[in-house]
Amino acid sequence: MSNQRIVGRVHSIQSMGTVDGPGIRFVVFLQGCPLRCGCCHNPDTWDVGGGTPYEPAELAERASRYREYFGNTGGITVSGGEPLLQAAFVRELFTLCHEKGIHTCLDTSGCLLTPEVEALLAVTDRILLDVKYASDDLYRKHVGCGLDGPLRFLAYADRMGIPTTLRQVIIPTLNDSEADVRSLRRLAETHSCVDKVELLPFRKICQVKYDGMGITFPFGHLPEPSREVMDGLRGLLDGLDEAY
Amino acid sequence: MEHKNWQGFCDGAWKNEINVRDFIQTNYKEYREDGSFLAKATPRTESLMKKLQSLFALERQYGGVLDIDTTTVSSLTSYAPGYIDKDNEIIVGMQTNRPLRRGVNPFGGIRMARQACAAYGYSLSTKVEEEFRYRTTHNDGVFRAYTDEMRAARKCHVITGLPDAYGRGRIIGDYRRVALYGIDRLIEEKKKDKRLLADEVCDATHIRLSEELYQQITFLGYLKEMAAMYGFDISGPASNAREAIQWTYFAYLGAIKEQNGAAMSLGRVSTFFDIYIERDMERGILTEEGAQELMDDFVMKLRIARHLRTPEYNELFGGDPMWITEVVGGMGEDGRTLVTKSSFRMLNTLYTLGSSPEPNLTVLWSVDLPEGFKSFCAKVSIDTDSIQYENDDIMRPIYGDDYAIACCVSAMKVGKQMQFFGARCNLAKLLLIALNGGYDASSQMHIGPQMPVMKGDRLDFNEVMARFDVYIAWLSHLYVNTMNTIHYMHDKYAYEKTQMALHDTEVDRFMAFGIAGLSVVADSLSAIRYASVRPILNEDGFITDFETVGAFPKFGNDDDRVDLIAADMTHRVITELRKTPTYRDAIHTLSVLTITSNVMYGKNTGATPDGRKACAPFAPGANPMHNREENGALASLNSVAKLSYDDCRDGISNTFSITPDALGHNDGERRTNLVAILDGYFSKKAHHINVNVMNRETLMKAYEDPESYPNLTIRVSGYAVNFNKLSREQQREVIQRTFHETV
Repeated sequence: MSNQRIVGRVHSIQSMGTVDGPGIRFVVFLQGCPLRCGCCHNPDTWDVGGGTPYEPAELAERASRYREYFGNTGGITVSGGEPLLQAAFVRELFTLCHEKGIHTCLDTSGCLLTPEVEALLAVTDRILLDVKYASDDLYRKHVGCGLDGPLRFLAYADRMGIPTTLRQVIIPTLNDSEADVRSLRRLAETHSCVDKVELLPFRKICQVKYDGMGITFPFGHLPEPSREVMDGLRGLLDGLDEAY
Repeated sequence: MEHKNWQGFCDGAWKNEINVRDFIQTNYKEYREDGSFLAKATPRTESLMKKLQSLFALERQYGGVLDIDTTTVSSLTSYAPGYIDKDNEIIVGMQTNRPLRRGVNPFGGIRMARQACAAYGYSLSTKVEEEFRYRTTHNDGVFRAYTDEMRAARKCHVITGLPDAYGRGRIIGDYRRVALYGIDRLIEEKKKDKRLLADEVCDATHIRLSEELYQQITFLGYLKEMAAMYGFDISGPASNAREAIQWTYFAYLGAIKEQNGAAMSLGRVSTFFDIYIERDMERGILTEEGAQELMDDFVMKLRIARHLRTPEYNELFGGDPMWITEVVGGMGEDGRTLVTKSSFRMLNTLYTLGSSPEPNLTVLWSVDLPEGFKSFCAKVSIDTDSIQYENDDIMRPIYGDDYAIACCVSAMKVGKQMQFFGARCNLAKLLLIALNGGYDASSQMHIGPQMPVMKGDRLDFNEVMARFDVYIAWLSHLYVNTMNTIHYMHDKYAYEKTQMALHDTEVDRFMAFGIAGLSVVADSLSAIRYASVRPILNEDGFITDFETVGAFPKFGNDDDRVDLIAADMTHRVITELRKTPTYRDAIHTLSVLTITSNVMYGKNTGATPDGRKACAPFAPGANPMHNREENGALASLNSVAKLSYDDCRDGISNTFSITPDALGHNDGERRTNLVAILDGYFSKKAHHINVNVMNRETLMKAYEDPESYPNLTIRVSGYAVNFNKLSREQQREVIQRTFHETV
């Protein structure tokens, strides 16, 4: 490491996450994201200038206070925002966590694959890859980048053999067809690093955040998917899931 | 000694001395698998439970009290036998002659009995009034001896909830002794102890003990008579599981007929029962279904236990609780788990009979508990919100492996230790009194050392702490003296004859003090230290509000800057309390527990420097203040875990509510995650946690439409309540508490 101190910009910390990675997770939400997904539930993490500065050691120390709760499965998850924007910082954080025996998990869109990101993946125990849509068109329209980025990222994860969970937020009218979920399934089947696929229902509780920021929630007009629809779509993934 | 009813049990010291622990250790069979062996409720159980459900509904319709017998003074033999459905009951015995009919118990104080009757439209009969006209009650005795300052402290609510008008409770008789030995043997041993006293000097201590032994022996006799009224001869040991449970229940029943203590806890009976159940099964006279039926019938009896209380009492201890606390699980000193199949059967009553606040099922958690049991407990919590957890790994080294919990969090060796219950002082109010130099603005009373009001543009942390220390010292001395007075009088006028007969004659005593408002005080001191706090004075020159500018760390975020202030406060208080000697050389202990009195304490406390408004509720027990936790559930748990059990040996209560979604995607994940949370929290040396897995919306619906949620159970503070039995104010406070949600 260079002598230069790396400082990360942190949006918030959640000491107990149970839905972002296996087991009980200490979740760090980083500040700053290059994407503008229409379904984003954390618009307050977009601004790359904001956030609270933290040094990696400081955060690793905080994460280690929860080691007793992690058991054999839990650990730290870094989410965002887009953690790949602060890859060097996260790499150092994960390295320190590994020294303390803490499992590391990266929740990302996979939109970047720079040498720094590759270095980060070398100390990442699991990736949660948010594959938003099956088509490049939808990606460019509702995310702000192409599908090629995430695919390149997934191919790299596969080459490196990093256990990966594919996730997709199910948004009515955009990606809630059986065909959508089948193509997600194909993606999983063609990449041996993928051992789990999670479908998450689109939720609108973030509307208040948009209102508070005085901006429009792009998908505010869309409905939330019903439980039945979610169960039906999850049924299409039967036989795929392996336990963590 | 030998007895035919002991056939099949392994030998041990227990045969030659009263030693239930030794009996358990030499005879129990640990169980390390899961709950798949459990039986469902039988049709008999279901029909009996249905009868109870309709009685409960009727009780609700009658405003919480179905009926009062105003002409009989409650005691072991004063009522004719009562039944729910005589022919269908396996375990029998009732507090009065009818289910849910409450008796009057004026020994603690006749005034309270009178007020309680009046509150429900009854009046105490002239017969009872006459009987007590020339009798001194505990309450009479205490008020004869209270000093002016004690009365003032009580009046301004800086010390509240003291057991000076009712039974003190928090004493656990070793009810198992009756089943294992029978009454005659217990009487014989007590007579032996009494004879030995003849060799001692006849000073006040020994004369008192001698008289107490006389009373214990008398009441063991009454217990035998009471059982005989139900057609049972309990002079000898129980011969099978049904008798063991019945004998034990009779002993407990005798205790709650004699005493109306706030908490009348049961102890640790499940694994004891298991030994009899196993023996019966080996003999081929009991099936799994039959074993569950016995447990179900026993628990049904516990669910209809009631005491008559006043509305003021309910404000402190909402929901009509009895704290029939039964501890389940834990590890033995030899490394075997004390979990048996009957530990599962006890928890299984929450399925066979439905969820319920009573008995107050308390799991003694150890990281070494078998995984199958851990997972079953987590499932029960998620499904019923009816159990609490306490840290066996920090209590076992102190109390051994045959201790139980009285009330919510008070540990004691069964039959060997007891406590003098002491409610709690209001630490937040004390801080305000200190800042005002001995003036309580809420009650407009001068109390404590008189000093100048702390004025100025910004309160200085060190000056405030120095001032606070003076007042903590003052209150601690007064608090111990007040407790000494109360317990001297309780021993004199309302001694627990049945329960103490089921203790060793030489018993260790704790004197249990308590504090309320810990998180308010910690945050207030943190505000004074890290932000800028300006006192706002009224026209008389007293502080009635504060202007707090700037950010400050708040308890509940795993931030040492404030968490250590909280831990330091408990240390200061217990250190000061220890400076004043106690009645009967009791060991000083301290709890951070409020029951539901956090609402009432808040109501009587002015605005505080942390930004809490005047009269707003405190957080319950050791909880961080509602919704000040910014870093999620585990940070909050870690903050509470920093409070030291060494300073707070009477327990540190934490109530934790989490939504199902925040706990995991599905049932399996939720169970695994809850187990991980409990393992983690208790590895941090935390003491206690109540777990609720529910959505706030459910409570809000129940608040609006109580009829649709007759059995909604929720853990509040060291115990569980039926949500509908809380006052509206208490319900609102519970709804406002932090619910840990997904982000």
